[in-house]
Order: sequence, then structure tokens, then C-alpha cells
Amino acid sequence: MTLWKRFLTNRGALLGLAILIAVIAVALLAPVLYPRGPWAMVQRPFLVPFSTDGLPLGTDTLGRDVLAGLVYGARVSLLVGLVSTLMALLIGVPLGALAGFYGKWVDEGAMRFTEFFQTIPNFALAIVLVAILEPTLTSITIAIAIVSWPPVARLVRAEVMSVTKREYVDAARLAGLSNLSILVRQVLPNTVSPIIVMASLMVATAILLESSLSFLGLGDPNIMSWGFQIGAARTVIRSAWWLSFFPGVAIVLTVLALNLIGEGLNDALNPHLSRKGRS
Amino acid sequence: MSVLKISDLSIALPKGADREHAVSQCSYEIGAGEILCVVGESGSGKSMTANALMGLLPEGVRVDHGTAEFGGKDILRVSEAEQRALRGDRIAMIFQEPMTALNPLMRIGDQIAEVYEAHNRHRPAERREKALELIREVQLPDPEKIIRAYPFQLSGGQRQRAMIAMALALEPELLIADEPTTALDVTTQAQILKLILDLREKHGMAVMFITHDFGVVAEIADRVIVMRYGEIVERGTAAEVLENPQHDYTRRLLDAIPTGMVPQSVEVAKAPALEIRHLKKTYNTGGGLFREARAVRAIDDVSLTISRGEVLGLVGESGSGKSTLGRAVVRLVTPDSGSVMVGGTDMAALNDSELRAARHKVQMVFQDPYASLNPRHRVMRALTDGPIAKGVPKAQARDRARELMETVGLGADAVDRFPHEFSGGQRQRIGIARALAMDPELIIADEAVSALDVSIQAQVLDLLRDLRQRFDLSILFITHDLRVGAQLCDRIAVMQKGKLVEIGPVSEVFLNPQHDYTRTLLDAVPGGGWGQAAE
Repeated sequence: MTLWKRFLTNRGALLGLAILIAVIAVALLAPVLYPRGPWAMVQRPFLVPFSTDGLPLGTDTLGRDVLAGLVYGARVSLLVGLVSTLMALLIGVPLGALAGFYGKWVDEGAMRFTEFFQTIPNFALAIVLVAILEPTLTSITIAIAIVSWPPVARLVRAEVMSVTKREYVDAARLAGLSNLSILVRQVLPNTVSPIIVMASLMVATAILLESSLSFLGLGDPNIMSWGFQIGAARTVIRSAWWLSFFPGVAIVLTVLALNLIGEGLNDALNPHLSRKGRS
Repeated sequence: MSVLKISDLSIALPKGADREHAVSQCSYEIGAGEILCVVGESGSGKSMTANALMGLLPEGVRVDHGTAEFGGKDILRVSEAEQRALRGDRIAMIFQEPMTALNPLMRIGDQIAEVYEAHNRHRPAERREKALELIREVQLPDPEKIIRAYPFQLSGGQRQRAMIAMALALEPELLIADEPTTALDVTTQAQILKLILDLREKHGMAVMFITHDFGVVAEIADRVIVMRYGEIVERGTAAEVLENPQHDYTRRLLDAIPTGMVPQSVEVAKAPALEIRHLKKTYNTGGGLFREARAVRAIDDVSLTISRGEVLGLVGESGSGKSTLGRAVVRLVTPDSGSVMVGGTDMAALNDSELRAARHKVQMVFQDPYASLNPRHRVMRALTDGPIAKGVPKAQARDRARELMETVGLGADAVDRFPHEFSGGQRQRIGIARALAMDPELIIADEAVSALDVSIQAQVLDLLRDLRQRFDLSILFITHDLRVGAQLCDRIAVMQKGKLVEIGPVSEVFLNPQHDYTRTLLDAVPGGGWGQAAE
């Protein structure tokens, strides 16, 4: 309750939430708004925005409706962002928790493994993975998850280490609880707030990664996404600016919204650390 | 002649705080060369006045009305630039935490010299000279070395001395000391108090000494002000307030203080609840290719027994190994060798699964009431998790939890609340209830009342005394405070550097200490002389 209230007092976070809800709504309503799908050629190519009724954002190189592409692209972006983040959490949280809780060689092993992934540049690894796995929506999502779990593992490890030193964990040990139940029931619930914050920011990064991959032509060729739109339009960027501009704005807005929400959650979940200096 | 004259000072708290004013309508004066102790429990507003004087009020808190006259000016209303010139120069402050009050990346000498630099005094070479002089004056050992040392190389007491040196740098007229000895061991505390008294003598500065400890007051104060909820409830000379308190609150505070009065030890000749034999634990730190590892003997061949129904006090200063011993008994720390017999089981020799089954035999009450309860679990869960894991049916564990909450004086309904809804003292009661829920043969109380205000401390001690009589509990009571130890315990064990140096009935240890170290500890207890006079 108070958490929700604190979140609502943050104007930036509210704005972010509003944008995100709008994007989600659009994504959900896509088949209703454009039953013919994003690939249908509806008019002649290169129609300037606001020049033709029913095509407010104009048409692209093949005469497809840019707005329809944006609407369907929202589905892909959100889907990839959420699913890949979930997968990254599923890898990072258990690994980090075990490393932080058991320490010693478990920690050594898990962290060296994590570092192995961290030494390879994210984007390069993602490209390689997608290239090897063939570009489909699934493989892109998996690739993004694989490159984005290491920071989660590190964060969870640090949090678990700090929580494990609290006295209530000692008390739980003295109560005769097993290690696993201490970790799952006493320690992990107290580490959720930073994980939630990080996850909200990871969704944003994942959307960017997916767009970048599509831009390079490594996206799923059967799926309309924002990155694909920009990538396809880059050859005509000087003659048909709107083809890359509007998808770009969509990416910026969505990522901004997620970042604002992340910041808001951070302030709401850790009121003592917020920049406003509430005591 | 008064150095500082505060009249009708009110400090407003932000809206939504538990009260309107942190400090309301306070007036007092401090004369030149006088030590004024401002005493009160946490939340009494005693530190706020000092913060206001130094212009260090937290955001949202502001001076409502009133004046503080210092050197002919109202220092609450001077400009930031004037205030900066005043700080460090004519008013200086020392803080509670010597660990965090010094910049960890600056050498001690540079930090002292920085005070001169900030006020544009002296040339750089002279500053260093002056810093060295100050280091000598506050009696830090080996000044030539200390001036080049970093804070982490100094002990807590030494850091506090360095802080005092910084405060003295420009010979201030007023020194504000905010609980400067609270974080220190008793022997160190005694030394610092003596240092402050000496320096007052020598420089004739006024000292505003903020503390919660009446023992310290007895030791150092000329005049005393007692504060509660932001109001001054009593004022007078130290002798007046300590020996003839007028206000109820002062009287209660004074009554709550464990005095040097030694209770008669109860005869205990029953079976032992705990038998520690030749327990050893060594920590190896550092070490590597080029450096030799440092071995710290936290527990060095300790043997002792606690009889059923007995309370054994384990006292010692920080680093004496007393907490490690407590944790070794419950096997949160695994000892290197030796045995810990509890009800016929050697806790030190069990493997993991056997240990889990034997955990309930020894329970612990922790120091920090804010960290010892899981903030996400209701009290009910804190009290039933253990018994359920032990195999008690759920319904029965729940009934017992309600009953225990009654026992510790919180009421059965409180089980459905979260820890943050309770005060520190109440949480400590929950901690005790949690320990009792396991029906242990022995309870380890590790500094269980150290984090509490004196009046709350007294209540929790009363509770422990009461429980002990009702349930015939055996308790290992670990504390750094001899006065607290004397109140509850039958026997006292004194630890120093991992070794048990003295053990005996409370009256023996207190009235006829055998070991030098015990004597030093007893002498260092603040207000010791006054405590006995009050008997």
C-alpha cells in the first residue's frame, strides 16, 4: 500500500507507466486495429505521413502501412523484452543465490562461469548466437537472455551475501531449518526489491538488443519489428525519413518508459536511498 | 560568563513525524570552562540541538523559533559563510562513530592539518608541526608514526583521539561532543573521558556533552540537563540531579540504571546444562605468497560449565572472543577443537543433519532487535518456523506462539503483526519468545540488551529475570556492560583476548576481583564511585 503510494507520488514513474500501458494496449489490440497484418501492401510506396486518409504515418518502400508495422512491432518488442528478461532471471537468480549463500568453491565456480560470459562483448555474443541458431523469434529471445543474465547473477550474489549475514538468518539456522529452506524462504524474499528494479531496466535493454539485431538483418524475417523497420529503411533514410523516424521514436519512448518505471520502483522500494533525501 | 546562551529554542520536524517539534522551547546556557551534559533516551531530541548549532540539521527539519547566542551573535541565523567560519574555529564537534567520522583515504596528519587549511591558518610546514603537537596533546602513541597513519590502522579509541585533536586544532571556545564514547569499550571510554576533562582544564573550553549514560554523567558533568520528547524535564548541577532527582522521568531513568549493587547468588548445585571443555577457535586472516597469515585466537582453551537454572555472565571488551564463544556454543561457528556438551550431546562434534536435529537444545537472543527478525515474516511465522521444523504439529505450535507472546508481555493478538510495527524493546521480547518456543536447555543472550535505552533495558532484564524463575532457564548472558551483568547473573566469567581470565560468583568477582584485567574493567565503569554511593 505505502509502496504503491510512494510510487504514485513519483511523476516520472507515472508518466512511464502511462506510456507502457499505452504500448501494451496497442500491442494487444493490434489484430483488431489492423486485421490484415503488417505485411499487407495497402497503397503506393513512399507516401508522406499525414498526406493520405487512413495512413497517418505514410507507407514504406513496398507500400506497407508504417503505423500497422509499428503496432505489430510493439508486440514483438514487448514479448522479446519480457520473455528474455524472465529467462535471464531464471538463469541468474538461482546461480547468484547459490554462489552467495554457499560461498567458497560454489561461489568461485559460479563466478568464474559468469565472468566467462562477461568477458565477451554482449552484442557480439548475441550476433554469434543468433547466426548459429538461425534467426527466429525463439532463438533471438534465447540469445538475449544468454547475454543478459550475468549482471543478475552478480547482483543476486551480493544481495544474498549481505542478507545472509543478518541475525534472522542465524536465528533460522538455530531453528533447525534446512539450508535450502533458509535460502528460499528467508533470504531470497529479502532480495526481491533490487531484482525487480533491475528486471524493469533489463526489459528496456532487451528491447534495444532485439531492435539492434533486427536492424542488422538478424531478426526473424517473418516478423515485423521496430528494428526491422529501421533496418529496412536505412537505404532511403535521406529521401523517406519517416520510415526510420517513427519506429525510432517508438523504441525511445518504450525504453524511456521502462527506465522511468525502474527508477520509480527503485525509489519506492528503497525509500531511504531515494535522491530526495527523505529521512 | 556564558559562552553559549540558548533561549526558547524550538526545532520543527517535518509534517507526519511522530511529534511536531524535535526540541521545543529549550533554554539553557553553558559557561566558559563548564561541562554541560545533555542526557536523554533515543528520540529525546538531545542531538538535534547540537546539529542546529552546527547548522547540520537534516533536510526537512528547521529551527522554528528561539535564539542561540554565541559570541554576541545568534548563530542560528547567520549566513552560511559566517557559519562555516565559526565551525571548527570557535565551535568544534566530535561524533559518536569514530569509524566513520574520519576520511578513510586521508592520513591522520593531513586530516588535522586540513582544519588549518580550511580556515587559512599557518603555512603548510607549520600546519604539520601543529598537527604533530596536537597528536601529542591527545596522547596518541608514537606521534611521528600516527601522523602518517591511515584511519584503518588505528583502534576505535585512537580514532576518537584523532577526532578530538581535529576539534582542538583551533582552540574552540565550545566543544560539542555527541555521544563520543558510546561506541567504545569501557576502558577506552574511561581514558577518553579523562582526556576531555584534562583538555577542559588546560584550554578552559566549554563542553556540551550529549550522552544517554548516567554513569558518564556522574564521571564528567558539572551541570546536567535531562531531556524527554524534546523538552527539558530537569536541570541542575550533577550532584543535585544524580542524588536528588526531582522529576519522575529522571528518577525512573536513574532507577533503571544497573547499579553496582551485587545480588546474592542463588545456590546452584544441579546438573550442568552446558559444559565447555578446552574449546579453541583460531581465525586465520590475510596471508598469501608474500605475507605471513595472521592468526587470531578468538577462543583460546576455554573451559566452563553452566548449571541448570543458572545465569552465567560472560563479560569482556570487543575482540575478547565472548561473542565467538557464544556462537561456538550454538555452532554458528564451528570450533577447531574441544567439546561443547549440552544435555549429553557434544554440539561441536555433530554433522550437519545431526546438528539440525539438535539445534533446538540451544537458542540465541540476538543483539540487534532490527536485524534479528525477518522483515517479511509475521511474528507468528518467526515463532512457529522452528517448532514446526522440529516436528511439532502446526496447530500446537501456533497455540504455543500465542501463549509465549502473552508470557513476554506483548499479548496474543500481536502474532499477526509484522516486525516493523514493534519498537526495539518489543522486538527483543519477540526474540526472547522465539528462543523459548524451541524449549531450549540453554539460551545464549548475545548483548541482548545493549542496543536498548536504559529504561527499556531495565524492562527486558526484568522479563529475563522473571522468565528465568518461572521456567528454570539456564542462560549464558554475553555483555560488555558489567553493570548489566551484575544485575542478572549468578556468576561472571571475564574474557580477555580469547582467554578466560576469571570466573566466579558475581559478588566475588565484583567485590574481590582476582585478575588485574577484571580490576581494570571494574575501575573503568563510568560512574562507579557514584553507583556505590547510592547504595
